[in-house]
Amino acid sequence: MIRALHRWPGLLAALLLLVLSLSGAALSVFPTAERLSSPQPPAALSIADLAEHIQAVHPHVEQIRRSPSGRITAYWFEDGRPQAAVVDPVTGQGIASADPNRLERWLTNLHHSLFLSDSGRIAAAAGASAMLLLAVSGAVLVARRAGGWRRWFMPLRGPLSGRLHVEIARVAVAGLLLSSATGLWMTASTFDLFPDGPATSTMQADPSGRVGLSLAAMDFLRETPAAELRSLSFPAPDDAADVFTVKTDRGTGTLDQGTGALLAWNDLTGWQRVSETIYMLHTGQGTAWIGLVLGLTALGVPAMAVTGFILWLAGWRARPRIRGNVTAGHAETIILVGSEGGSTWGFAATLHAALTNAGQTVHVAAMSSFDPGRYAKAQRILILTATYGDGDAPASAKGFIDRLRSLPAPPAVPLAVLGFGDRSFPAYCAFARAIAETAEAKGWRMLVPFDSIDRQSAQDFARWGRLLGTAMDVELELVHQPVPPAVLSLTLVSRRNYGAEVQAPTTILRFALPKVSRWRALAGGGFGRFSAGDLLGVLPAGSAVPRFYSLASGRCDGFIEIVVRKHPAGLCSGQLLELEVGDTINGFLRTNAGFHAGRGRAPLILIGAGTGIGPLAGFVRANARHRPIHLFFGMRHPDSDFLYIEELAAWQREGRLLQLATAFSRGRMPRYVQDALREEAAEIARLVRKGARIMVCGGRGMAAGVSDALADVLAPIGLSPALLKAEGRYVEDVY
Amino acid sequence: MKSIIAALALSTALTFPGLAMARPVTLTTTLSNYGGDGAYLALYVTDAKGAYVGSLWMAGGKSKYYEHLTGWYRATGGNVAEINGITGASVGAGRTLEITLDLADALFDAGYTLHIDAAVEDMRDSPGEVAVPLTASGAGTQAPGRRYIAAFSYSM
Repeated sequence: MIRALHRWPGLLAALLLLVLSLSGAALSVFPTAERLSSPQPPAALSIADLAEHIQAVHPHVEQIRRSPSGRITAYWFEDGRPQAAVVDPVTGQGIASADPNRLERWLTNLHHSLFLSDSGRIAAAAGASAMLLLAVSGAVLVARRAGGWRRWFMPLRGPLSGRLHVEIARVAVAGLLLSSATGLWMTASTFDLFPDGPATSTMQADPSGRVGLSLAAMDFLRETPAAELRSLSFPAPDDAADVFTVKTDRGTGTLDQGTGALLAWNDLTGWQRVSETIYMLHTGQGTAWIGLVLGLTALGVPAMAVTGFILWLAGWRARPRIRGNVTAGHAETIILVGSEGGSTWGFAATLHAALTNAGQTVHVAAMSSFDPGRYAKAQRILILTATYGDGDAPASAKGFIDRLRSLPAPPAVPLAVLGFGDRSFPAYCAFARAIAETAEAKGWRMLVPFDSIDRQSAQDFARWGRLLGTAMDVELELVHQPVPPAVLSLTLVSRRNYGAEVQAPTTILRFALPKVSRWRALAGGGFGRFSAGDLLGVLPAGSAVPRFYSLASGRCDGFIEIVVRKHPAGLCSGQLLELEVGDTINGFLRTNAGFHAGRGRAPLILIGAGTGIGPLAGFVRANARHRPIHLFFGMRHPDSDFLYIEELAAWQREGRLLQLATAFSRGRMPRYVQDALREEAAEIARLVRKGARIMVCGGRGMAAGVSDALADVLAPIGLSPALLKAEGRYVEDVY
Repeated sequence: MKSIIAALALSTALTFPGLAMARPVTLTTTLSNYGGDGAYLALYVTDAKGAYVGSLWMAGGKSKYYEHLTGWYRATGGNVAEINGITGASVGAGRTLEITLDLADALFDAGYTLHIDAAVEDMRDSPGEVAVPLTASGAGTQAPGRRYIAAFSYSM
């Protein structure tokens, strides 16, 4: 619901908001420019002083105005022609034209009414309302994604456009809320919806009829500082019944031109004060820095409009149209989907197609439509769900758990739950797990045990499909391809071989950066920007399912490097290890933002074994700023699979790598990388206390061993891998 | 040039004792190209002693800006009842405002003066932009304004 409240007004209002935000951002610099170019009246200067200075230069002065920036403008008559100029408060001399800046007026008219007068004002107000709605609903979404309001600034992971959208939003949202709410108030005020007009004049004492008192002799003008002045209007020269009218920050009054007596005084009303404060906040008139801040936050709107549109388009494209979906009442298999961004729908579509091919009747629906009473012919219910934030239900699964809990008895047909998530998050598949646990606690029979898919792994999904097929007694081959990746042909430029002697043939493959047109690079094709830790997807010949390898190089290195170990009977690794220099493969890039070294200065503790050294070596190679990096590297034998042996020595000499600790599992004294960690326990604890970030890359078994070892190492300082993970200071890339 | 033509019967806004005969009068106000937003104009009449008698027209719809029409505002206290039914849009730079209304014969050659106050957003206020005596012989004479009005005339 909140997401819909965010999406539709956002798409509809994007163009209008672009105009409003860009014109607003441009306008925001004018108050500062005016403030900087206006000589400020000295603190001791009274209104009387100021008026006399101006009168000395322009005897027929009619009015003096002081803008919130402190700029003084004088209006006078000369040779029967009305004149005006910005004047210096001390000399009274003109220093600039009083005519409004043409560009500023043009921008202002665009900003508040799109040059369309009142109907334009209403359109602009609609834009401000949309902005307000977007800011509020967006803030709720950010808090939900981060797992609570207190974790507002928690580090983000995920695709770039999504991250950018949220990163900008959480900084800009306060300014945008303020801009839109104050803008609405000002429109309402323009349409006289608030009683904030000038106070109706109270009884005014009759003027004395005398004329000619000097300004300096008028108590009110002498005692009020010029810094409080808003305007001073002089009486008509030949009208004894006329009066001085003075407006200050406190109110409006009239003065007798013969006696200087205050004839009438009206304080600013409460409404006026509120409206003035709101005007000041919105325009930055009088508080130039607020104007600049709001202008900067307004610049976030175009960026958010573009990233928001990309997000919506990606989600819309990723949701497959399910062909031949059988109605709930006629299907033997019910597939329920819990998806936030749409990718889980893709897996559901693959499962739907495979089951349909196997002769089943299948119904796919959102989890929130769960209604066991309608599943008349159902033989089984399959739940495929992602997790949102810290274990919450994703958008299409809202209300599912409550409905499940309120069932008097579980459905008689068995259930299978498959969770989708990212293992580097602390709440990995927490929602799917909660469903499986709730269902089991209710006594719902399980068709296959709960399982999970890490980072949309097609391999994991195929494996689960085989388990499901066995349980259903059908042949089930799930070939899932999220979005057909736009592959590029990559040419091998070098390879270095290791590990043959220890039965682990491993090679470092380096490919040339593919040349792509600028347009394709902009549209997200090609390789664009990438860094070590991102993934290279490789489509092996004879398979539609890509395999992913961690990149050991970044864009600035000028090449694409991966480390591959030959798996027995591995299709892709077999093909890669047979590549000769000059051969090509089909590859594409997938960002893996959760496993980037980041830009901080805090120490990095890198832990890897075997091919896991790849991205870690990439981090060290990119460490031109000499961030302290401690690398723990486990291998089989130093004479055989010491990957990057020459580079690591060179990087240490250059200061890119502070410390290298190795562990060899074969040889006279077999040791694993976790043993090396335990030996360095004191140093690791010291580094972690200093804010160090731990990054682990390697096989699943090794990662578990490392986690256990670090639990022991960190326990004395009251920390644990889980606690560090929650802070984003312990990340894993395991396979 | 765009003309705004408004015809109206003089209503409660300007009633005169002994009003027996009235004739249609066309007031034509042409603005100069002063390079700003639309101008607010207040057209009103004072008697021989300079006392406010009544309003003829208000160009500009938002009452919060009327205080910038200083002469009119001071004379009426900003009372919008004075311009009930005789209010139109503000007039853009270079445009012409043409109003036709029935004015009492008694207003002419009796010391009455027609005033126009003008104000433009972010520019200087111009009370007393135009002040012309209402005389039968003055009809058709062009009078220049002080700042925003290039020419004003009335014809019978």
